[in-house]
Amino acid sequence: MHELSIAQSLLEILEQEAKARGAAKVTRVKLRIGALSGVVREALEFAFEVASGGTVAEGASLEIEEVPVRIRCPRCGVLEQEGPFLVCARCGEVGVLLSGRELEIDSMEIEDGGQSRQGHP
Amino acid sequence: MEVKVVRDILEANEVIARQNWDFFAERGIYVLNLMGSPGTGKTSLLERTLERLKGRWRVGVIEGDIATSQDAERIARYGVPTVQINTGGACHLDGNMVRGAFGELDFDQIDLLIVENVGNLVCPAEFRIGEDDKVMILSVTEGEDKPLKYPLMFQVSSALLLNKIDLLPYVDFDLERFRSYALKVNPRLQIMEISCKTGEGLECWIDWLEERASGKRG
Repeated sequence: MHELSIAQSLLEILEQEAKARGAAKVTRVKLRIGALSGVVREALEFAFEVASGGTVAEGASLEIEEVPVRIRCPRCGVLEQEGPFLVCARCGEVGVLLSGRELEIDSMEIEDGGQSRQGHP
Repeated sequence: MEVKVVRDILEANEVIARQNWDFFAERGIYVLNLMGSPGTGKTSLLERTLERLKGRWRVGVIEGDIATSQDAERIARYGVPTVQINTGGACHLDGNMVRGAFGELDFDQIDLLIVENVGNLVCPAEFRIGEDDKVMILSVTEGEDKPLKYPLMFQVSSALLLNKIDLLPYVDFDLERFRSYALKVNPRLQIMEISCKTGEGLECWIDWLEERASGKRG
């Protein structure tokens, strides 16, 4: 259940970002979560719902994009892996991990606080 | 309106972990983050390790547990400075919790710090604490499929200690299959077979640990 820690860290970032943009409310958040990250989607959604109460992101919806495991194999090039493997599924060579470990916030939907409209697209 | 953010959710922990690492590096202290399931043998390994490092290394221990100080009491018998961190429900240690223990150990008197993480095969893998190496311990009673089910911990670990090999005749644990799974998940993983009960394989582990720690001391 480290999803609660992750939700809390996420909320800290949302508070910072909302404040920096003069936003009163965050209504939607897009995350990119790698298949290797060990995060359980439902647990994160639940933790976020609970932890966001009383914050700028209260009631915000979470959109989670799952990022597949991709490696660069020295022989076969870039390929997506079926499982959590760093060796190439085709030839068995050791590859370099390109994606799958992500735990990042991609974007958020905000509602303006009413002031400071200029300067933001 | 939608705004791009693109930030690592755990960046705050990464920053603290980096500061912790700097703190230890300035003092030439090697830090090991020991992880594994509850009951896999983390504290037993720590005891066997302390016996063997006695007189050669000034060891300090941080014990992470959800609750109780039983492990810290077990370790304090070995005469090494030990501090207990109770996470109060959290399933892992993070950089901030380890920093909280800074005032409780005399780091001028320590050159090898072992941090025993909370018993858990998932969560500790995600949080750096300022360590030089993560090492995981897994016992043969847990089954050979674990690298496939909990790949992240296998991927972030430098070494894996396969414990309780004295029980191999009594359990259905396919050693070859396990090795192949673990190395597909992390081709660089150093696998050592040990028994904390009989002492088998522990020399190999101590050699590995001392070599790693010597590199840090310079």
